[in-house]
Amino acid sequence: MHELSIALSIVDLACEEADSHGAPGVDVVYLKLGPLSGVVKEALLFSYEIACQQTPLEGSKLLIEEVPIVVNCPVCKERRSVRSIQSLCCAECGAPTPEILEGRELMVTALELRR
Amino acid sequence: MTLEPRLVEVRKNVLKQNDVQARALRERFRESGVVAISLVSSPGSGKTAFLEKTLTLLHSRYRVAALVGDLATENDAVRLARSQAPVKQIITGTVCHLEAAMVQDALDGWDLRDLDFLFIENVGNLVCPSSYDLGEDLRFVLLSVTEGEDKPLKYPTIFNSADVAVLTKSDLAAAVEFDETLARRNIQAVRPGMRVLKLSAKTGEGMPAFVEFLENHRLRSRSAAAVRI
Repeated sequence: MHELSIALSIVDLACEEADSHGAPGVDVVYLKLGPLSGVVKEALLFSYEIACQQTPLEGSKLLIEEVPIVVNCPVCKERRSVRSIQSLCCAECGAPTPEILEGRELMVTALELRR
Repeated sequence: MTLEPRLVEVRKNVLKQNDVQARALRERFRESGVVAISLVSSPGSGKTAFLEKTLTLLHSRYRVAALVGDLATENDAVRLARSQAPVKQIITGTVCHLEAAMVQDALDGWDLRDLDFLFIENVGNLVCPSSYDLGEDLRFVLLSVTEGEDKPLKYPTIFNSADVAVLTKSDLAAAVEFDETLARRNIQAVRPGMRVLKLSAKTGEGMPAFVEFLENHRLRSRSAAAVRI
């Protein structure tokens, strides 16, 4: 379980950004999370509350957008989704798809800053 | 009047700091001409036995060293020191994985130009290490035949983060009725095209092929470096 250390990194990143905008705190952190990031959403939400304690993020919300795996299908020559994380095959034609375009995201996309 | 909160766009990777340090390490490995290989697996899959055998086989012909991660003990470093290669233990305390900064700190005092191969043994864990780039050239994921053929399906992310899969303890395959075809199919399902090696550190079966794989990789990366110069 490394979600607590990930949550601490999110808090650090958000504090720095808030500081650079001269904001006293943050109300909402928007995060993009891919299935191949190795991070579990529920564990991250739980850790986030703990990580925020006694920081300018205390009481803030973490809004997680879960994004799907996107691959480049070598047969269709198109961006495609996959059957599942246990079967990295093109959802359209079934060809194995080694080239992953998206799905590893663990990214803070935006913040709602406190005034 | 209440002010509306301000929305600002950020778009920053949460593990940016680790990624930056990992990139710096990768560059350092490349400049020094050392091939860095990391090992990930569940606890008890045979990482240390495999690494001990590897270091012993390579030691006479190449300059090899290893960093080994563990939560609490120095047992692995003591075992690996029997190979006579330089070994350093990274004790992570409560941290369940290695991070690039830990590798960087552990390398302090070593001149990488004196090495041909550097092995980095991660903490035994099939979940957390998948999120952290260590700057390695190749990541090997180990799967022992005693663990069951469906491990790749249960932990697709770690298999997906690795470059090569190694089936270990092949000497026990018959005793545990290991279905190799099924294991290989499962690996290919979560990581299409992944190279799979099968070996036993105990009997030595498959070890020569593994050493040859390492030597070929080293030659390829050296000639690629020569082209860049």
